[in-house]
Amino acid sequence: MKRTRLIFSGSGGQGVITAAIILAEAAVIHEGKNATQSQSYGAAARGGSTRSDVIISDEDIMFPEVNQANTLVCLTQESYNTYKELVRPGGIVITDSRFVTTTKKVDAKQIELPMYQTVMDKIGKPIVFNVCMLGAVLGVTEILKPPSVMDVLKSRVPEDFIEMNRKALDLGMDLGALRAV
Amino acid sequence: MKPAVDTGKHFINGDIACAEGAIAAGCLFFGGYPITPATEVAEHMSERLPHVGGTYIQMEDEIAAMTSILGGAWTGKKTMTATSGPGFSLMMETVGLAIVTETPCVVVNVQRGGPSTGLPTQGAQADMMQAKWGSHGDYEIIALAPSSPQEMFDLTITAFNLSEKYRTPVFIMSDEIVGHMSEKVVIPKKEAIKTISRIQPRGKKNNFHPFKPGPNGVAPMPSIGQGYKVHVTGLTHDEKGYPVMSVDTQAEMMERLLGKIRNNLDDIIMTDQYLLDDADIVIVSYGVSSRTSYTAVDMAREQGIKAGLLRLITVWPFPDRLIKELALRVKGFITVEINMGQISREVERCAGYKAPSYLAGHPGGAVVPPEQVISIMKEAF
Repeated sequence: MKRTRLIFSGSGGQGVITAAIILAEAAVIHEGKNATQSQSYGAAARGGSTRSDVIISDEDIMFPEVNQANTLVCLTQESYNTYKELVRPGGIVITDSRFVTTTKKVDAKQIELPMYQTVMDKIGKPIVFNVCMLGAVLGVTEILKPPSVMDVLKSRVPEDFIEMNRKALDLGMDLGALRAV
Repeated sequence: MKPAVDTGKHFINGDIACAEGAIAAGCLFFGGYPITPATEVAEHMSERLPHVGGTYIQMEDEIAAMTSILGGAWTGKKTMTATSGPGFSLMMETVGLAIVTETPCVVVNVQRGGPSTGLPTQGAQADMMQAKWGSHGDYEIIALAPSSPQEMFDLTITAFNLSEKYRTPVFIMSDEIVGHMSEKVVIPKKEAIKTISRIQPRGKKNNFHPFKPGPNGVAPMPSIGQGYKVHVTGLTHDEKGYPVMSVDTQAEMMERLLGKIRNNLDDIIMTDQYLLDDADIVIVSYGVSSRTSYTAVDMAREQGIKAGLLRLITVWPFPDRLIKELALRVKGFITVEINMGQISREVERCAGYKAPSYLAGHPGGAVVPPEQVISIMKEAF
């Protein structure tokens, strides 16, 4: 892998930025790669559109923003409408089927997954929606090894919540693996 | 509990790296007032300082935060505050007090879009001239511009060292993008970190002159409570520190304040030069915009354009001599910055009529794309 560029987008409070940080941290701390995670968000604590860019590379990363994403994740319709052009031709767009209706006009492999619904059915706590999404990204793209992400979760999540996060990550990976590229 | 120097490989954002750098440099007092996007600096200092024998106080506003770090510094401690936009404006009068009282301290500005409350969550580099001239009166200042979380750590230590060495406030002119960006930060072992502390007076406590310069132009600085009698005032003062309202005293004081910076430029000015030796076109940049610029230089070279980068790690004092020398041999300059023309004017001033100077600027809220730099390059040269 030379360089992978990802954009995570959604609404404030969905954990989009946290998921991006977890992925980038796993790449740096557990897989010895370079990663840059940057973000843009509005002034509201919840709601408002949120975007986080992650670049993972074996080389130095200078320009920190992504405009030709290999993988674009959209968890709201608004973020899909805003950012769908930022995926590179032939790239991957992962959306949540409950929140996003995709259009055919995007030159990328669009993967709609029932991530939110699965989390609610199997775990019942929306707080791990973002970790399920991260699992789906790993399942679809295989950019990092799942244990690397799990190790970061273990270091960041209170002990009582680790199992719930592990389950959410696994659910996401299973959903993603069915559509692996 | 973490030690003061948290040796190891971390994945942290620029604000947190800055706080870790401060603690590694020996900072023991932080006067805070939270403001986006600098809040994480204060937040992290509030968590860390009590565990390393330091003190965090959340002050009532930025004026008090800035003033508190002057008081802290006069008790002998290394002190810091961090702010953004409106907070930086509020601190400006006290920055002048820090300069005239020769009080070492570090002020971090994680710049956001302005004027006024502007764009709280989005980056800019539009306070660069305010850093130089924002407080009234004539003075020299030291300002550093980190371009990554690693440099937020490294340059915060450098800022403390320069501040202690020259008894002057030092600015860290960061921005929201670097402050909120997470990357790998390697914190070295404690023994590998070079820290400088102010020279303290020795000898007789009577008839002591706290503003009488030593051999490097900087006066040894006592701490309150050591027994040296000190008078610290914002009024024009003599070497004893007492107010003297005379033209001669003003001239002597100004010579001391300006001289300690102007006579040590080689020690203070740091740059990084990338493919500059054979460059026809010089990109001048600093902070996050220099990351655009490295990419732009690579893109230009791929297209056969001989571009090079002069990255200002120290923005103030400005590297006049270097730009003047470059102006004699290059086709011209492009300054990349997230404002509509601040440091570009300094480049223009130094380049004079020897070489043209252009701006690749941005009104604020995002980084300058490298394509914009290339397009200006092709249009101009």
